[in-house]
Amino acid sequence: MEQQREAGTLGMWVFLVTEIMFFGGMFLAYTLYRYQYPEAFAVASNHLDIRLGAINTVVLIFSSFTMAMAVFSTQVGKRLNSIIFLLVTMALGLTFLAIKAVEYHDKYVSNLIPGTLIPGHPFNPNVHELHLPPGVATGNVEMFYWIYFAMTGMHALHMIIGVGILTVITILAARRCFSPEYHAPVEITGLYWHFVDIVWIFLFPLLYLLGRHLEGHMG
Amino acid sequence: MSEHIVYPRVYVAIFLALLAGTGLTVLAAFRDFPGPLNAVVALTIAVVKATLVVLYFMHVRYSPRLIGLVIAAALFWLAIMFALTISDYSTRGWLPVM
Repeated sequence: MEQQREAGTLGMWVFLVTEIMFFGGMFLAYTLYRYQYPEAFAVASNHLDIRLGAINTVVLIFSSFTMAMAVFSTQVGKRLNSIIFLLVTMALGLTFLAIKAVEYHDKYVSNLIPGTLIPGHPFNPNVHELHLPPGVATGNVEMFYWIYFAMTGMHALHMIIGVGILTVITILAARRCFSPEYHAPVEITGLYWHFVDIVWIFLFPLLYLLGRHLEGHMG
Repeated sequence: MSEHIVYPRVYVAIFLALLAGTGLTVLAAFRDFPGPLNAVVALTIAVVKATLVVLYFMHVRYSPRLIGLVIAAALFWLAIMFALTISDYSTRGWLPVM
């Protein structure tokens, strides 16, 4: 049994390695374009809602805590507690997605969805609203938003999948499928959930924060 | 080797540390550090937070060393990808194009 549990955990970690490389590619793209267009990226980054971003960071960290508590409750055989913690984790995940949807909608209203992802609603920023310094092309600002939507979109997709997995795990927990002897699925789900949290721990400073100290220095 | 159980007081401590890290990174973002230090500070805080999550929430501190090896391998390959690509982009234009 012990060996099976460890093999399962190892398998999950190998999957997470592929996820690290997947998100790593996007982090690399972000790094290169930020290096090439520092002003445009600072301007675009400063236009994101730092308050919503920070609230979402706290929501995700809290959900990681409740997920860890769900694993603990299962390990010590407190089934009801574990179901409650799983439900709270799901609720926090959905809260994160709702706040993300509000942010996406703000970008939609400001015509900041890049390219023609939304037919009939192309990328068309209000240059005055963005405080674009002279010599900075809107195309470079658009590049930031491509990366922003690609990274937060993939992250949100992982959150949606995570909530789906949690739904299944919660149902199984309610059917008494887990015990202190057997709870590998809960633990592995926890690994996935924490990984998605870690991605956001990097996305928040990189997308929302870098460039804040330049506010006021630029045109 | 039986399963190691991490107790809630550890989780609470890590949760509070992560909250503190989030507050710290937001405060630091509005300060104007010299040169690229703003990015260094933000990334350092993010790495510390991620490490806490990996070690305690994801139990790696109490897991077999094989798990640690898998993670180290992933970070190593990630470093190769970043190092080789950035060494290309950052040195373009050093030589005149004939």
